[in-house]
Amino acid sequence: MFEKTGIPSEEMIMGKFPPIERINKGPVAVVECYKEIPCNPCETACRFNAITIGEDINNIPVLSKDNCTGCAICLSKCPGLAIMVIDGSKSDTTVQVKLPYEFLPLPTAGEIVKGLDREGRNLADVKVIQVQNPKSFDRTPVVTIEADRSIMYKIRNIRTEAK
Amino acid sequence: MKQAELLIIGGGPAGLCAAISAASSGASVLVAERNKNLGGQLVKQTHMFFGSEKQYASTRGIDITGILLHELNKYKENVEIMTDTTIVGMFEDGVVTALHKEDNYFKIKPNAVVVATGAFEKALAFPNNDLPGIYGAGAVQTLMNVYGVKPGNKVLMVGAGNIGLIVSYQLMQAGVQVVAILDAAPKIGGYLVHASKIRRMGVPILTSHTVKKAIGKEFLEKAIVCQVDDKFNQVEGTEMEFDVDVMCISVGLTPLNELLSMRGCQMKYVPQLSGMVPLRNDNYETSIENVFAAGDTTGVEEASAAMVEGYLAGLCAAAKIGHMTDDFEERKNDYVKQLESLRSGPVGKHILSGIEQIVIKGEQYV
Repeated sequence: MFEKTGIPSEEMIMGKFPPIERINKGPVAVVECYKEIPCNPCETACRFNAITIGEDINNIPVLSKDNCTGCAICLSKCPGLAIMVIDGSKSDTTVQVKLPYEFLPLPTAGEIVKGLDREGRNLADVKVIQVQNPKSFDRTPVVTIEADRSIMYKIRNIRTEAK
Repeated sequence: MKQAELLIIGGGPAGLCAAISAASSGASVLVAERNKNLGGQLVKQTHMFFGSEKQYASTRGIDITGILLHELNKYKENVEIMTDTTIVGMFEDGVVTALHKEDNYFKIKPNAVVVATGAFEKALAFPNNDLPGIYGAGAVQTLMNVYGVKPGNKVLMVGAGNIGLIVSYQLMQAGVQVVAILDAAPKIGGYLVHASKIRRMGVPILTSHTVKKAIGKEFLEKAIVCQVDDKFNQVEGTEMEFDVDVMCISVGLTPLNELLSMRGCQMKYVPQLSGMVPLRNDNYETSIENVFAAGDTTGVEEASAAMVEGYLAGLCAAAKIGHMTDDFEERKNDYVKQLESLRSGPVGKHILSGIEQIVIKGEQYV
């Protein structure tokens, strides 16, 4: 189905998430790259050797959950915007999620925005914690949101409204 | 008659890389580009490129032209660039005719040529496909990303290859609504990371669907689409209606090969390479001595492959006309490895099965 719709199955998604114990320890990347394509900037960008693709750049990236610091450099480097960072260390009831977001208007910290799933459906209102848009991210801003744990495996996008 | 050591036809990714490679080998290069600006399709590609560092992965297409021109500028004593110059003919005696702007015809006599003319968009036949509001994806991208003009307000994208997916995303970035993306094929043709990022913006991707007809009086007002079966026949009773003012046709590209045909290069129809392409050897030299080809004109692929092909063809063309560098083998092997690497995955396999049909080994073209 994924190849017909672009929507990964629950099984595919869960296969990319590190175990909950790791998520609860601190920020860690979720690399949702499911299909072999010739591409390896995530591996090149990572300073902690946390993403491995190897000699054949068509290989699917493999994340080392222990090496990954959740620094989020790879989020703005992935041409497919396939990576997010999840952090369950801040609260028992919520997680913080960093998402690449290349749309206007950019939200600001404290703002409430729509949290969307992988089909673009509205899941819940979520709070924006931080918006990073330094020059080194090359016009791929990274937005950190706080979401309820009940939607931590579902949330994958946000929508902002024009002011 | 203008003399040139190496003429490069086309100033897109393949042509610019061929120019860099040849000029850095010591050849005098003349680049002829029909548009006012260099860069070809790169000038509208606001997305980040795939590939690896050597093909500028993770850099946006719009920024790659600048990187290539900066590189080319290092060899400016060896390089002449003519924009607004269309090559209109290539003849048996090696003479090439050119048209600068609208009325200045002249002849060029190069020692060798690299043809890097790229590709052009295929069309799709359906009733009323000539209504205003029905665009090729390239036109939409040009309007939007080069001139900052919105092509319309509600778009139906036809084609779920990489261009269709990327242009849909860029339309949304420009604040234009994309109601759906369709494709007659049973599977999404483009990279699935692109498909997923559009899908999570809420845009449905309808595979096994095609356009039945367009409706509108003065301009496009509605699109009627329907399902197709596994033989691409329209299925009665599956019609859907979309109120749209833009239909964007993105059903693939085909190599732009008239100059190569005219020159008498042996050509072959290869579906995997999206059309008629020249037979060539490992150095990207065609069946006509000293006529090289690189980029989409030798088979439609990603721009990353076109750039590496350009570097390789430029290097070999320069060597052929007396500018063999000490590090020729090393550089050639590097480019060959890069191409192998870009083509080693599932998409590349398809391309390789096409390339196998056009590469002539042995003495004939060496």
